[in-house]
Amino acid sequence: MTIELKMPALSPTMEEGTIAKWLVKEGDAVKSGDILAEIETDKATMEYEAVDEGTITSLLVAEGTDGVKVGTVIATLAEEGEDAPAPAEAPKEAKPRDEAPADAAQKTGEAVQQPSDQKTEPEKESQSEVKQMETGARDLVAAAEAGGEGDVDADGPTETMTVREALRDAMAEEMRADDRVFVIGEEVAQYQGAYKVTQGLLDEFGEKRVIDTPITEYGFAGVGTGAAMGGLRPIVEFMTFNFAMQAIDHIINSAAKTNYMSGGQMRCPIVFRGPNGAAARVAAQHSQNFAPWYASVPGLIVIAPYSAADAKGLLKAAIRCEDPVVFLENELLYGHSFEVPTAEDYVLPIGKARIARPGKDVTLVSYSIGVGLALDAAKSLADEGIDAEVIDLRTLRPLDKATVLESLRKTNRMVVVEEGWPTCSIASEVMAICMDEGFDDLDAPVKRVTNIDVPMPYAANLEKAALVKVGDVIAAAKAVCYR
Amino acid sequence: MARKAQPAAPAAQPAAPNRERPAEPERYQASREELLEYYRQMLLIRRFEEKAGQLYGLGLIGGFCHLYIGQEAVAVGLQSALEVGKDSVITGYRDHGHMLAYGIDPKVIMAELTGRAAGISKGKGGSMHMFSVDHKFYGGHGIVGAQVSLGAGLGFSHKYKGDGGVCLAYFGDGAANQGQVYESFNMAELWKLPIIFVIENNQYAMGTSVNRASAEDQLYRRGESFRIPGIQVDGMDVLAVRGAAERALEWTRGGKGPILLELKTYRYRGHSMSDPAKYRSRDEVQAVREKSDPIEGLKKAFAEAGITDDEIKAIDKEIKAVVNEAADFAEQSPEPDLSELHTDVLVGSY
Repeated sequence: MTIELKMPALSPTMEEGTIAKWLVKEGDAVKSGDILAEIETDKATMEYEAVDEGTITSLLVAEGTDGVKVGTVIATLAEEGEDAPAPAEAPKEAKPRDEAPADAAQKTGEAVQQPSDQKTEPEKESQSEVKQMETGARDLVAAAEAGGEGDVDADGPTETMTVREALRDAMAEEMRADDRVFVIGEEVAQYQGAYKVTQGLLDEFGEKRVIDTPITEYGFAGVGTGAAMGGLRPIVEFMTFNFAMQAIDHIINSAAKTNYMSGGQMRCPIVFRGPNGAAARVAAQHSQNFAPWYASVPGLIVIAPYSAADAKGLLKAAIRCEDPVVFLENELLYGHSFEVPTAEDYVLPIGKARIARPGKDVTLVSYSIGVGLALDAAKSLADEGIDAEVIDLRTLRPLDKATVLESLRKTNRMVVVEEGWPTCSIASEVMAICMDEGFDDLDAPVKRVTNIDVPMPYAANLEKAALVKVGDVIAAAKAVCYR
Repeated sequence: MARKAQPAAPAAQPAAPNRERPAEPERYQASREELLEYYRQMLLIRRFEEKAGQLYGLGLIGGFCHLYIGQEAVAVGLQSALEVGKDSVITGYRDHGHMLAYGIDPKVIMAELTGRAAGISKGKGGSMHMFSVDHKFYGGHGIVGAQVSLGAGLGFSHKYKGDGGVCLAYFGDGAANQGQVYESFNMAELWKLPIIFVIENNQYAMGTSVNRASAEDQLYRRGESFRIPGIQVDGMDVLAVRGAAERALEWTRGGKGPILLELKTYRYRGHSMSDPAKYRSRDEVQAVREKSDPIEGLKKAFAEAGITDDEIKAIDKEIKAVVNEAADFAEQSPEPDLSELHTDVLVGSY
């Protein structure tokens, strides 16, 4: 029997990859556990192992082919005791199969049940058994895909770049400009970053300035904070902010309070950065948005960008900042491409929101990945004759109240969109500001659209149900417009 | 049973001396001038702290106030070996003595205790949160053990900048059981950071004696599994402490990485001003004062050095005046202006 070997999904959000290298050739006998190929995902180069024993009868995708969709048949294997058939006639290039497969109806059926992702389901169905993992995270990414970035906060030429590359470039540029800047964290150097954000930095800057730590968050957050007190400019990477809970004492008690309790004598210019918020199917301890926690602390700057341009411009500003900064990235957005200004030294001001989409009927306020949902919802709302304005807060502390209130004066209606819990959230804060300082401008109560108020579940259907959805944003926007 | 402070037994050899260790420290041979200076500094700390205790009783100092009385030889012996402005010092909340031993003006320290605008932190830090970046004195930290990681970061910055400085990071026998201490030990040795970890073992973590809290109560051994050599020192003898400081500095300045000193010492007062100290007997405290007091102990070396009673009296008088002046300054300085409430939260404007 011939076994089709399919492009595997090597990460929860992987859609496609590159066949970096074949380690077998046609006619080779392989057994379970043999490494067949090296496959490059957006995060790393992974080895692809054989599961079955047999003889490779054909390699269908040439080495070096980019953009091979998950599920594409990349090779065939004849099982032992069977006549190896002649190599199949097949194109030696990546070509996802798009015939409607037997199980596609079922998958499509599922998709239909998700109102928010009908038009944005990014993957064409394939007949593959290699199914992409089901996850609500994909709906968030799809919304970002559909929503785009909105208006970029700059004139002039731009280039397409992933958020990951934008962050890396920001660090590299600041490290070139200032010898005091260094990066410290788990797997930031030799591994090139657990999420590849620090890729290439070790090669350029050496081990003095790109420093791998043991798994010791409390300790290295303290070392970074102490180094900042001693006059350096550390960038402390947390593999994710979930792990920063081990270190939150240094972020708050040591870094945030130092300037105040020293009467302005002792600075702590440090950036704590890393992915924050829900990822894909990683459940309760690895899926949490800490933005409201840090944004409640005087003495900290808290930044949570959505687009690559903002990621770059604001990370550069954060590194130059004399105050301690918590810089919250989003894993689901790392591989996402946006337009980034090519202007030399693109730096954005901290504490200024961005009007990602101007509109007049209702204001959708959000930050981080929620902005994608808001922009996607705004497109749907436009089809129904509702002109939504989308505000990307970008900096959560200090919060740009002026931009929020000015938009409210214009639209008189507001929905806050947040990938996080509702209670004591950024949404709560924005609502309080509107009550306090914008009450007379309100034509309807402000609504918040957030995740469900439960720990993040693992099961795919529960996870989807727990996450904030575009459909809910649309519904809330209509509700505040009384439509 | 609480263990009493005694002149330290000679430090036991480590279990497996298969790696380089610093030589055993020798009691420091102080000059006449140095003896007088140690006396002056220890007395300043003692009288300052006694005065702080009085001001606390009068309601002029609020909150927590942790006095250093009894432990003076540690700060003076160690910091006299450092270079102010080059070597950094960081400590926990019992920080007044360490500041005085680094030459920081008693007036601004006392004014910080009374919460006045002229205090070293403009009255916003208080007893536990005081800093002098000019002296490279980095606080003054209220979270037990935090200063150890922060100190490793200061050591990191010395190495990164190549400024030749060493960080002295103090912590107590209580902090020695915090996890981040060991995270810091690991990184400090891994990266050969120039840092001297100093455990001031005053026998009690608040009300819990060392042997009720520490499975390994010989705290100088706590670095062994990280290959950090440890030395146990009589922290009641300023000359023994200074001798150990010399060894520790040779080691760290020589690029050999961190070293751990355990200073056996004793605090005469409660953990803080609000501690009735019922966990130990008056007799225990009295016995230490009589047998091991660091200031009285130093006086024994005076006769041989030809220091006269008149010289001692002159210093006593000078210190009394300095402390009274600090107390007057701290009482008479105005409180911070209310506008200070909002300043220094952030450095930049956004």
